[in-house]
Amino acid sequence: MAHPEPTPATHSTPPAGPPAGEHAAAHASSGADAARTRRRAGLSGFLFGCGIAAAMIDLFIFHLGLQWHHFYDLSTHEVALVTDGFFHAFGWFITVWGLFLLADVRRRGGVHWPHWAGAVVLGVGAFQLFDGIVDHKLLGIHQIRYGVDLLPYDLVWNGTAVLLILLGYVLMRRGGRAHPRA
Amino acid sequence: MTPASAVWLAGLSVPPAPPLQALAADPGHEHPAGPGDHGGAHGSGHAGSGLPVPWPLAEWSAFEWLVLLLLAAAAVGYGWSLWAGSGRRRVSPWRPVSFSAGLLCTGVGLVGPVAQAGHASFTAHMVGHLLVGMLGPLLLVLGAPVRVLLRGLPTAAARRVTRVLRFPLLRFVTTPVVAAVLNVGGLWLLYTTGLFPWMHASALGHAVVHAHIFLAGYVFTAAIAGPDPDPHRSSFRVRAAVLVVFMAAHSVLAKWLYAHPPVGVPADDVRVGAQLMYYGGDVVDVALIVLLFLGHHHATAPRTSGRVKTASSAPRM
Repeated sequence: MAHPEPTPATHSTPPAGPPAGEHAAAHASSGADAARTRRRAGLSGFLFGCGIAAAMIDLFIFHLGLQWHHFYDLSTHEVALVTDGFFHAFGWFITVWGLFLLADVRRRGGVHWPHWAGAVVLGVGAFQLFDGIVDHKLLGIHQIRYGVDLLPYDLVWNGTAVLLILLGYVLMRRGGRAHPRA
Repeated sequence: MTPASAVWLAGLSVPPAPPLQALAADPGHEHPAGPGDHGGAHGSGHAGSGLPVPWPLAEWSAFEWLVLLLLAAAAVGYGWSLWAGSGRRRVSPWRPVSFSAGLLCTGVGLVGPVAQAGHASFTAHMVGHLLVGMLGPLLLVLGAPVRVLLRGLPTAAARRVTRVLRFPLLRFVTTPVVAAVLNVGGLWLLYTTGLFPWMHASALGHAVVHAHIFLAGYVFTAAIAGPDPDPHRSSFRVRAAVLVVFMAAHSVLAKWLYAHPPVGVPADDVRVGAQLMYYGGDVVDVALIVLLFLGHHHATAPRTSGRVKTASSAPRM
């Protein structure tokens, strides 16, 4: 479903800000198109949020920064190791996917940035909760920190995740409502 | 990937950062004899340099010369094609730059100090593998050598080349699934079977393993996201799925290596090498993901004129 793009100049519109929103309103000719654009923008933000939570936040904050995580704690059994490999690969894949989806939404109309940012926050929270429940507890791939009582760490981890999900949801709703004609 | 960055990686989580045996950076460094000197039976060493080279020097040189010859031939062939086709459609100036960088990476991984250190140090061996099997092929593929060759050749000769490209065997090997299996399957065999000691013990083993690593790396990269013509290119979804599975298998192998060092290689050395494989592989794999999506992004660009609704112009992902 292609948006009509009257001039090639549309492609070189500078990013961000209210102009992008007006832009979207001008070009999202029908309500259905606008809703679809918004859905795809939301998916883009969600994928990107999940991806950066999976691929980067863990690596840069917990692994390199705090050094709570190890490269591999040598206690994992084979199934968990393989699952971890797939999560890892998929994390990077959806990060890039989310960004290209964003580029595509932008060239087809426009992105309403508060809405997109909400989707990113929602994605980060969703992955963190998934990580906290499935990776840490069900599969036991790794723990948040070693040599300490884990309960407070798990509570903070999963509690933050739920807060991020709620915050992301609210931001998305508000951003979506503010979205002209969508 | 410099030895310095390897030291940095070592400092991340291997508790005692192992002395990196001053790989390529210091050829005069006295390499500590130990269990790491696999193939110690050969270990007579260079006269005078103090670096034990567990390798029959004459045969090693033959391989080295062959590689240099092939790389030079590739450079000359590429340069000639570029020049011969100069009246035709413009080639982006980044292509020859990328191709040259790819030749350089492959050369550094196969010839000279890094390659030689790879016989004694697993970490250096892994640096070589990243250069020969991943980064070198990626840069060479981005040089679009087939496109440049076809552009430079007269029509009749170019037809002969495209006929060769359609050989059933080539078609089979460039199928993404097959290319991925050849690539990562070869690595699994190398590190989990007797192939690894054989590679160190025999000149033929060294040549076969490295030729396979390079070719499999090239074919896989080209099959996933290469700019060269591919008459039977698989769909975007198939290539995306294969790439994710490949990346997963590569990282699982790196962690598996971390826990299960090959026979006769010190654990510290393997742990640095395994992390290098993991993170270095990530960098190249993420570049591949970006290239894959970039091709898709261009292919699914919306029409700039007309108000025709077409299902095909919409991205399917």
